[in-house]
Amino acid sequence: MSETPDVVLCPGGPMLLRGDHLVADDQGVEHRTTRPISAVCRCGKSATKPWCDGTHKVIPEKLRP
Amino acid sequence: MATLPKPRGPLSEVLLSALVSGRTDVAYPDQGSAEDGALSLWILYELSYRGYHEVDDRLEFDPELVRLRRRLEDDLEQRLRQRWPGRPAYEAEQGFAAAFFAMIEADDGPSLARFVQRDATHDQVVELLQHRSLYHLKESDPVALTLPRLAAAPRAALAELQYDEYGGGRPERLHAHLFAEGMAAMGLDATEGGYVDEAPLEVLEQNNAMSLFGLNRRLRGASVGHLAAFEATSSLPCRKMAQGLERLGLPAEIRAYYEEHVEADAVHEQLAVRLICEPLIAAEPDTEDDVWLGAWSCLDLEARIAHRLLEQWGAA
Repeated sequence: MSETPDVVLCPGGPMLLRGDHLVADDQGVEHRTTRPISAVCRCGKSATKPWCDGTHKVIPEKLRP
Repeated sequence: MATLPKPRGPLSEVLLSALVSGRTDVAYPDQGSAEDGALSLWILYELSYRGYHEVDDRLEFDPELVRLRRRLEDDLEQRLRQRWPGRPAYEAEQGFAAAFFAMIEADDGPSLARFVQRDATHDQVVELLQHRSLYHLKESDPVALTLPRLAAAPRAALAELQYDEYGGGRPERLHAHLFAEGMAAMGLDATEGGYVDEAPLEVLEQNNAMSLFGLNRRLRGASVGHLAAFEATSSLPCRKMAQGLERLGLPAEIRAYYEEHVEADAVHEQLAVRLICEPLIAAEPDTEDDVWLGAWSCLDLEARIAHRLLEQWGAA
């Protein structure tokens, strides 16, 4: 079996990040992951950045990552 | 442990006395109504979760009760399959995940979360939480029964998702526990199954469908399909629920349950669709139909609850 990636880019959605990490948001503020897998916002519209909150689903398709 | 519910017809009446007396070799009458049948199945399924104070745990696999369970389960499964329009056609290059999210996006069922966000009264929210408690107090338990029945890749991913559902090793973060704390803060009964007597047919059926899929290995596709649709319709609605609860000035504990799900389920929906369902279909292509059946049933059963409650509240 091939090795499982630690980072998965979801088309039109977030970046899945497996494991314990320190993530710096776009303001430089650092956030520690709290879950076995975290979803990092890629559309820029999340209200809980740097984490995904599903907002990419309600923005026009061409604005999705 | 749950308390036995009140009977709702001839079948649940006979079943309840069989459970309490332990004499199960009796004639089980036809259900008096759909509700009588759904409640009876719910009562039987509960033996596989926490059981009842008044009932011998060995009755979970009592042959007479298993026979009755099969009878009611077959009815339910047939009903779910009849309602299902069939799996959507999609191009191989579009891929399962994109087709799955497209189905979710096209779902135009009524939204209880939107109603709670803007219009629901305190009493309506209380009623909704009571109905939701039937599932939320054993959140993720039905699909946990599917875990050992999956191929390696989807099994590892489901375990990862459930580690989060079950609090990541911290019982105080367990999702069912967060809901129980919210119920307690609202002054509501946080006992599992505490509000089963109030649950309408649609709520019983939603809970039974999850147990049907989880307890039967052959329906593992439907179980993870249901999970994926549930997670994929959770994040944004949970934000609306949290906003509605705040509008009504309800306790922070119950809001916290919904706030947790905004972020958690944004992760879980991706995991469930891309790392559980898709690899399951790759490993066992025969399960794909049932993945779609489970997903569609999830949306349909929720729409039935929403219709029922919104109509009852004059908001349909």
